[in-house]
Amino acid sequence: MTTAALSAAPAPRKFGVDVSKPVLYAFAAALCVLIVLPLSWLVLYSFTDAQGALTFSNFYRLFTESTFLEPLITTFIIATSSATICCAVAAPMGWLVARTDLPFSSVVRALVTASFVTPPFLGAIAWEILAAPNSGLLNKTYRAITGAGQDSHLFNIYSIEGIVFVISCYTFPYVFVLVANSLDRTPGELEDASSILGGGRWYTARRVTIPLVLPALLAGALVAFLQAMTLFGSPAILALPAGFHTMTTKIWSLFQFPPKPELAAAASLPLLILTVFLLRAEHMILGRRGFSVVGGKYGAPRLIPLHRWRWPASILCLMVLMLPVFLPYAALLNATFSPVATTFVTFKNATMHNVHFVLFELSAASLALKNTVILGTATATIGTAIALVIAYVAARQAVPGHRLLGFLATAPIAIPGIVLGVGLFLSYTRPPFVLYGTLWILLIAFVTIALPSAYQQLRAAIRSIHPELEDASRILGATRLRSLWQITAPLLRTGVIATWCFVFVGVMRELSAAIILFTSETKVISVLIYDLNESGDLGAISVIGIGMLIITFAVVIAVNRIPGFGNVRFRT
Amino acid sequence: MVAPISKRAVLKGAAALGISSFGLGALAARAVAAPAAEAVTPALIEAAKKEGKLTFYTAMDLQFAERLGKTFEVTYPGIAVRVERSGAERVFTRIGQEYASNIRTVDVVNTADQAHCIVWKSNGWLAPYLPEEVVKHYDKRFYDPDGLHVTTRILISPIAYNTDLVKKEDAPKSFKDLLDPKWKGKLVKAHPAYSGTIMNSTFQMQRDLGWDYFVKLAAQNVMQVQSATDTPKRISLGERAVMVDGAGYLVIRDKEAGRPVDVVYPEEGTPLATSPSAVFKGAPNPNAARLFQNWMHSREAQQLLVDFARQYSPHRETIEKPGIRNLADIKLMKEDPEGILTQGDAVKQRYAEIFKV
Repeated sequence: MTTAALSAAPAPRKFGVDVSKPVLYAFAAALCVLIVLPLSWLVLYSFTDAQGALTFSNFYRLFTESTFLEPLITTFIIATSSATICCAVAAPMGWLVARTDLPFSSVVRALVTASFVTPPFLGAIAWEILAAPNSGLLNKTYRAITGAGQDSHLFNIYSIEGIVFVISCYTFPYVFVLVANSLDRTPGELEDASSILGGGRWYTARRVTIPLVLPALLAGALVAFLQAMTLFGSPAILALPAGFHTMTTKIWSLFQFPPKPELAAAASLPLLILTVFLLRAEHMILGRRGFSVVGGKYGAPRLIPLHRWRWPASILCLMVLMLPVFLPYAALLNATFSPVATTFVTFKNATMHNVHFVLFELSAASLALKNTVILGTATATIGTAIALVIAYVAARQAVPGHRLLGFLATAPIAIPGIVLGVGLFLSYTRPPFVLYGTLWILLIAFVTIALPSAYQQLRAAIRSIHPELEDASRILGATRLRSLWQITAPLLRTGVIATWCFVFVGVMRELSAAIILFTSETKVISVLIYDLNESGDLGAISVIGIGMLIITFAVVIAVNRIPGFGNVRFRT
Repeated sequence: MVAPISKRAVLKGAAALGISSFGLGALAARAVAAPAAEAVTPALIEAAKKEGKLTFYTAMDLQFAERLGKTFEVTYPGIAVRVERSGAERVFTRIGQEYASNIRTVDVVNTADQAHCIVWKSNGWLAPYLPEEVVKHYDKRFYDPDGLHVTTRILISPIAYNTDLVKKEDAPKSFKDLLDPKWKGKLVKAHPAYSGTIMNSTFQMQRDLGWDYFVKLAAQNVMQVQSATDTPKRISLGERAVMVDGAGYLVIRDKEAGRPVDVVYPEEGTPLATSPSAVFKGAPNPNAARLFQNWMHSREAQQLLVDFARQYSPHRETIEKPGIRNLADIKLMKEDPEGILTQGDAVKQRYAEIFKV
């Protein structure tokens, strides 16, 4: 019996190797096409002129003409300021939530998640309604209360400060999540040790807690910088009326008539290179974090009592969270039922006109909704499937070359959405792959964008399942596939469902790649909202936006009911 | 190249053709008679219903475009109209990009920039189709002799202001008035790279007032939006006091709806944009397209244009609704589609340099 079992054992392994090699090659090839093809066209185009001859003139123009230099500088200012503000807000809030007895800390976490999943372009439009210098609801209220003159205003959203503010509103969750998670994971014993050795509370904070959390904070700052730099929607909505460009809006404007794809490609490359560079930096910073949590089992961190600061701190957190969540949502709700977007709704003037218009007249809405649902479902399914296979292969080191697969799956995180859009446009508007005008090109874009975070989540999920469970099944005679199906799959189910849902939500809020790749038949909801914003149809936007938020929250709440699911990184 | 054929390239091509075959072309034009006027026949309706749908690319205000589509759907049940609205210049770019990639989605187009029709016509993209009512009730200058496009609406781009923020006696009378320092930070303006109406107005204003005017205007801290349909909304909201350009018809509509806005016809002349429509040769729903093009220029649809949208109609039988100044009583700037065809790209470029976006 024993001999039979032993001699039978190599058979499935041989079978496994036979299958796994082609699987590896197929996935590696697919990922290469997905990533390398658009990037090579991008590079190629940036070095050619309109006639296709080799030239450096695109880069020469990029770094000499003021129409390119100014956006470059503006983008740098916006990204730096946003990253600074995000850290200044998110770090204390993350500490309060993770390390103190802050009342309502779970509410604070939920509201941060809400600002996390709010599409930034929707937030920007809502802030237009709130803080446009003359018609903004907040400025109107300010004038009504103080009796200030018609020309005075409290806020002007159409300014660099306004853009920095709105971007920070929807970027600070990235920093918050990194800081809070890092604090959640940092063992309280280290702080206890400091206290036992006579360190006071502030000494401990300065010498122990802050150094432990600093890498996460720095990484958060870099991620926030990246987000602010590569965002398209918010600057397009707020910067153009103010009369200036950022790099992303400039790239997009190069696609207006007459299109200059060579210049757009050249303008995309600095964004790409900077992103790769910053992500390397983030990796190095976070890579160092390992030193703090080596060995042993730790207890839960000790919560620091805030005493009389409990309530002020809690109220302060909620007030800060009014800015990305309560106020914009209220503005959208107001605009939905108001005859004019910036008039307060009363019982007298409330109207269903906007709702009726969107539901029964706006003929582009149903197609956009259909496309969004198809793309969301397909991207979530395909993206999760690819990520699952690669994550499994990488985590179990099942085939040689798994490292390469893991690298390829995370590589797209370094490609800003609008850069990917330009690259895909250049790749798939020509034979042999004429995909422009079909949903396929958007599917490719969305899968590429979703892959890194899906992969990271699923890899974490798989790593949490110790291989000994599978090994036990294998020892008892099951094949690899059977043990996968009967042991690993049920354990992974929640992780897979959660990843699926978050990819789906991510597709709904994607604008920067879609804005380059859509055609009239392949419009998605985010692009429709952008279109409506250009013609100033704020009422219709509000109705669609609220619908989007409802779907998003339904998905997020459903996911949160899945136990043991951690944080998720979104890209825009 | 993925880029659509540029206007300039087309013109060069057309010029070359003109030189080489001038005599032949003239002969051919005489030999090929204009297409016969087409009535709405039961056969056309039947064929259109079989197609069941059409896509209408347009630059007109979304509310009116959708109303037009819905009214058509009521008139001819079973044919769904999908409105694809954007600025005329965007619509032009979109169609160019789609055709360059062999995507044939557009059935009927309505643009606010006549130069577009010249390009599409010389590309051979348009189908000849002259509705009966057009031949009967439209002046000859409102349709292409070869029947490739018909003027659907006549647009003007006046100045307008918010009456809560500006007293009537203080309101600007002319474009020149807008350079007064008191308007600094109070102006809103649409963009010629987005809107066909604004492409026309920018072209006419730089021709009549000089680029110097725009340089001085840009120093007034102008709020720059995209669509000519957005500027009226901004002054209606009170976001800015005065609109430099934009869809005059929306200001009239807002005024009649009780919003605090009014129109000023500038002393230098009001920019003009006649807005043509055309059926595409490669239309995926050719019959529905023709039926829609025919209906859109019928008295019924044109009266809707006058009554609901408050635009000027080229249809002689439409009845003007009071409350709007007659087109004949407005001093208008002169339209020049050929000028836009040759200089349009340069105008957009210059404009972007001056206004930074």
